[in-house]
Amino acid sequence: MKKFINKVDNILVESLTGFAKAHHDLVELHLDPNFLTRAEKAQNKVAIISGGGSGHEPLHAGYIGYGMLDAACPGHVFTSPTPDQMLMAAEAVHADKGILFIVKNYAGDVMNFEMAAEMLPFEHATVLTSDDCAVVNSTYTTGRRGVAGTVIVEKCVGSLAETGADLQTCKALGDKVNNRTASIGVALTSCTVPAAGRATFDISDTEIEMGVGIHGEPGRRRETMRPADEIIGDCVEAILMDFKTRNLQPSKKHEALLLVNGFGATPLMELYLIYNTAAKLFNLHNLEISRSLVGNYTTALDMAGASITLCLLDDEIKQHWDSPVHTAALRWGK
Amino acid sequence: MKTEFIIEAALAIQQTILANESTLESLDREIGDGDHYINMKRGATTVAAMQADLVSLKPDEALNKIGMKLLSTIGGASGPLLASFFMSMAKVLKENGDESNLKIAAAFAGGVQAIIQRGKAGLGEKTMLDVLIPVSNQFVLLATQNCDVKLICATLINIAEQGMLSTKDLIATKGRAAGLGERAIGHIDPGAKSCQLMIETVCKLCLK
Repeated sequence: MKKFINKVDNILVESLTGFAKAHHDLVELHLDPNFLTRAEKAQNKVAIISGGGSGHEPLHAGYIGYGMLDAACPGHVFTSPTPDQMLMAAEAVHADKGILFIVKNYAGDVMNFEMAAEMLPFEHATVLTSDDCAVVNSTYTTGRRGVAGTVIVEKCVGSLAETGADLQTCKALGDKVNNRTASIGVALTSCTVPAAGRATFDISDTEIEMGVGIHGEPGRRRETMRPADEIIGDCVEAILMDFKTRNLQPSKKHEALLLVNGFGATPLMELYLIYNTAAKLFNLHNLEISRSLVGNYTTALDMAGASITLCLLDDEIKQHWDSPVHTAALRWGK
Repeated sequence: MKTEFIIEAALAIQQTILANESTLESLDREIGDGDHYINMKRGATTVAAMQADLVSLKPDEALNKIGMKLLSTIGGASGPLLASFFMSMAKVLKENGDESNLKIAAAFAGGVQAIIQRGKAGLGEKTMLDVLIPVSNQFVLLATQNCDVKLICATLINIAEQGMLSTKDLIATKGRAAGLGERAIGHIDPGAKSCQLMIETVCKLCLK
């Protein structure tokens, strides 16, 4: 393992402190328990709080600010944060219109946010994101995992909350965006959890992990490395199949948002190559890509690889995607 | 049950977890995400360091305090699950008392029930419950039959071991390995392994 580390137990706090320094105009860091809030508390709106294990930066702290989150609770690397973090964050950002938790669907995150919600003295609701279509027989499992599509949910719900919309309306939009979004990821290499000190899984130069999660957990299957277009073709196929299963496949031209997300160690050059092919392929299936996002938005530490996320747009989602946002990782229109 | 025993057990569990670093790490790397050992170590070390805070408390108060501490220390799925176990076990002890094996068995069963509810999981899903449910059932059964503590502990060590080994051939339907499908077969669940280790440690302490 070769990483920028002073003391392995201090990585998280040192990184959070640096983040807060770099973006002091946007965020404020609170330690023990750890959470981040907007530098300036928003008034008279539903407070949006997300959180999850660290190692997925800029998720979630990078999305704190106008038009997105009010607070984020970072856990240890790949480990869900704890209820005391969520309770303190809620206490800090509550603005009389209730608390909306945005939670990626993993057993640990769900249980910790659930216990926090049970103890919360405010009106609250939760949006569970579950966009990863790699996990097939979801009926028998914890369900689909929440991955990069979470960014789209946080952006749209965050925008709606700024208009003063009530808690249930915000939750409804979050659920809608989640239900119209599908993602799938491919890993070329493993990631290394700093405290573990070695790669989470072994993978040779000629192999890829199709359907990988954002924690380096194994995916659908191990496959042989092939030219990019073949791999991207399979990813697009998986998303289209998922849309078909959920009766979302458009019969005539329909607008969509395409997010090509890097896992941390794949250069933008390759991400744009993926975008090029994926957009072309979706177009052949009546999906006109009218909105796009390419970059490292939901990472898995130092894993090489990428995920493709497609969100089926409608006027409401489009309006809230386009609206101004001012955060460390997403910024436009203001 | 005495608070001194709880403290002694906490220290012994910390030693066990530390001694099994490579076992727990490699199991979690195979079908999880590589953080189970780190989280268990963080929890075990924190509880072991609570000695001074616990010593003057009644057993149920001590277990409840341990549960609350784990809830804010471990994170992940293990945090809320283990915290629920200790907090519910404490609640049953507080209500029913702790002066017999049967009452302790009932409290243990109450703790396991809390894990079932919090995790919305049951037997055969390749989780810690594949160890905890059989151990809990056997504990209550043996205590009902008035078996002595030596026999109970010796039996539970075996039951825990069998439960842990049974996860090897299962497909995971709960937890992070649930995305693997048949690829999880052949691997022991790391959560089941750490539970088995903790039960074995506490039972061995009773056998001493």
